[in-house]
Amino acid sequence: MKIAILLIICSVSLAAIFLTLFIWWVRSGQADDLETPAHRMLFDDTIKIKNK
Amino acid sequence: MNKESFSYNNSIVKNFAYATILWGIVGMLVGVIIAFQLVEPKLNFTPWSTFGRIRPLHTNAVIFAFVGNAIFMGIYHSLQRLLKARIFSDGLSKLHFWMWQLIIVSAALTLPLGFTTSKEYAELEWPIDIAITITWVIFGINMFGTIIKRREKHIYVGIWFYIATWVTVAMLHIVNSFEMPVTLFKSYSWYAGVQDALVQWWYGHNAVAFFLTTPFLGLMYYYMPKMAQRPIYSYKLSILHFWSLIFLYIWAGPHHLLYSSLPDWAQQLGVAFSIMLIAPSWGGMLNGLLTLRGAWDRVRDDVMLKCMVVGITAYGMATFEGPLLSLKSVNAIAHFTDWIVAHVHVGALGWNGFLTFAMLYYIIPRIFNTTLHSKKAANTHFWIGTLGIIFYAVPMYFSGWTQGMMWKEFSGDGTLTYTFLQTTERIIFLHAIRGVGGLLYLTGAIIMAWNLIKTVKSGKLIANEEAEAYGIEHHKEGTKYWHKWIEVRPLTMLLFSLVAVSIGGLVQMIPTFIVKSNIPSIATVKPYTPLELVGRDIYIREGCVSCHSQMVRPFPSEVERYGEYSKAGEGVYDHPFLWGSKRTGPDLSRGGVKSNPNTYKDEEWHWRHMNNPRNANPQSIMPQYSWLCDNSRSMELGDLKSKIKALRIVGVPYPKGYENEALADLDKQANEIVAKLKVRGVVVTNRTEIVALIAYLHHLGSFLETTTVVKNEVK
Repeated sequence: MKIAILLIICSVSLAAIFLTLFIWWVRSGQADDLETPAHRMLFDDTIKIKNK
Repeated sequence: MNKESFSYNNSIVKNFAYATILWGIVGMLVGVIIAFQLVEPKLNFTPWSTFGRIRPLHTNAVIFAFVGNAIFMGIYHSLQRLLKARIFSDGLSKLHFWMWQLIIVSAALTLPLGFTTSKEYAELEWPIDIAITITWVIFGINMFGTIIKRREKHIYVGIWFYIATWVTVAMLHIVNSFEMPVTLFKSYSWYAGVQDALVQWWYGHNAVAFFLTTPFLGLMYYYMPKMAQRPIYSYKLSILHFWSLIFLYIWAGPHHLLYSSLPDWAQQLGVAFSIMLIAPSWGGMLNGLLTLRGAWDRVRDDVMLKCMVVGITAYGMATFEGPLLSLKSVNAIAHFTDWIVAHVHVGALGWNGFLTFAMLYYIIPRIFNTTLHSKKAANTHFWIGTLGIIFYAVPMYFSGWTQGMMWKEFSGDGTLTYTFLQTTERIIFLHAIRGVGGLLYLTGAIIMAWNLIKTVKSGKLIANEEAEAYGIEHHKEGTKYWHKWIEVRPLTMLLFSLVAVSIGGLVQMIPTFIVKSNIPSIATVKPYTPLELVGRDIYIREGCVSCHSQMVRPFPSEVERYGEYSKAGEGVYDHPFLWGSKRTGPDLSRGGVKSNPNTYKDEEWHWRHMNNPRNANPQSIMPQYSWLCDNSRSMELGDLKSKIKALRIVGVPYPKGYENEALADLDKQANEIVAKLKVRGVVVTNRTEIVALIAYLHHLGSFLETTTVVKNEVK
């Protein structure tokens, strides 16, 4: 079952990538506000075209 | 700080939307055809339209063409708006679009022609695999480029799902597509037997996880709040949902191989993680549905919300059923049956289909600056589609349960109660109802297409949608500089990405070192003789693996029906493995065990059966393979030398220079079979394809009878 070694390497390195992203996510302030992003995405920033 | 003016690229969204509709209908149509082929075998007209060849066409079309284009449509639409930035490069977007369509067209041409690796959802041959990798890189550059030049500092949860999708699919695709090319359209998997099976289902499971699930969850987190016009139920839960889901998903693959010859520890690992997956999956489902709290009345009038509710509910059902199916005791009944087909279609028709329909109804009127042509037609679509899912899934659950139970039933005298054909006969009418379900679903999609075409005609595409937003205030000047620097250099970014990907590619070379040679643990297991090899490639070409397994599980009922249960050491020369995942027909792995009359059929029987299966079994629903018995058609031998050489590289111990003797050996073995058929009054030539196929089928399991093995031994 040598192949398991390969798959474990792949899966663990993937987990490591995700972990790095997670650490970056926390450190860069992405986790500071977990309330307003949910509301902010509801607002449109497009300039309304009224040619209907 | 000043507001910056920019515009969103809607043209690319439009392109992917059109492709989604078109390929959706094509994929569903092929699905309906193959559904009825399992009711009436006469619907297999020509070699290229047989079930075995177009079943992968159906799965590839709905997964990569319908759902794939829908993912790109949704991501290109939502990403720009969430990040308040135009897509990184218009040119790369176009290139991405056209390359993806080219891949789809080449799949639609090569699969019916029989060019296939036979690995499920990864059937496409190596040149197309390379094209997919390149296209995925282009998509990645576009996505990460947009993230870098964003005007919104916080990266919304949906985008995290997109990122995880990109990273994981890239890795899965490369590892599983590791193959040794023989010719332009033929390759052998780098891995063999049980190792190939493990890689394949690690891929197969995660293709479901990271192609059909995570991108759609990301899309749900954008479109659900937008359609409901209220924030997601809990943003915190969405974050928790995301990180826990991606960490758990990758380990669940082995649940596709329960009771197979995969080592038990790997099976248990898969089961444990599959059960844990309920938590994040349901977290996501509830988060989506609860977004509608206090607004359920709107679901009554809003067809988009209706589609979302059905889609998310289907997701909840499928992700509850998934862990259930990975319990060994449940899997023992459900595996290889229609239950699994029902399970995946609840996910595909419900979750992916309905979310895609909702997105199309949302996006098309908006980018065309108009309103939906007919709400009534959209409602009709919703109801017909929902009925379609029910008419599809319910009969297949019955059918799956029936098969599972009938296969296992023993009579009082210790013999099996039902023959395989009796179990097939019992479920045909259920297959017919399933076909009707599929037809209803397709009808709904056609109504949607008409409705959306009318909508498009009533409006005008806003190719570039003007928008305004504040830029990000960069505290560190250096960061800003770096962003600006890379922003104006798409080519530089392309170069950097290629370097990054090639490092990744080098890492993927690990298989070459790890899987160097296969040491057989069963002494009598021998490599395929040239004729058997040619036969095996015919078996692969015709997609026999779609309906026939080669994996006898260690249950009394299976050992009684098929013979000795399968061992890990059997498949050391099987590039690729051919265990299969469905038994529409019986298992074939003991077809060469002469002492077992249940599984062994003589040369004449095989000839008669392939010519027309109804000649051997009147109740059979197998397609007719008469062209395999056509003496004017010769088996493909031009690439025989390359095949032997390629297999030697991946570890099959053919002696050096054997490729030069291969043809003579092939003739010798073929002439023996021709002679045996002649005695029974059947005239074939030693180049007729059936001869090779018979040789292959008689190889299967022959290691259990040493005398046979010695005779076919490679010198």
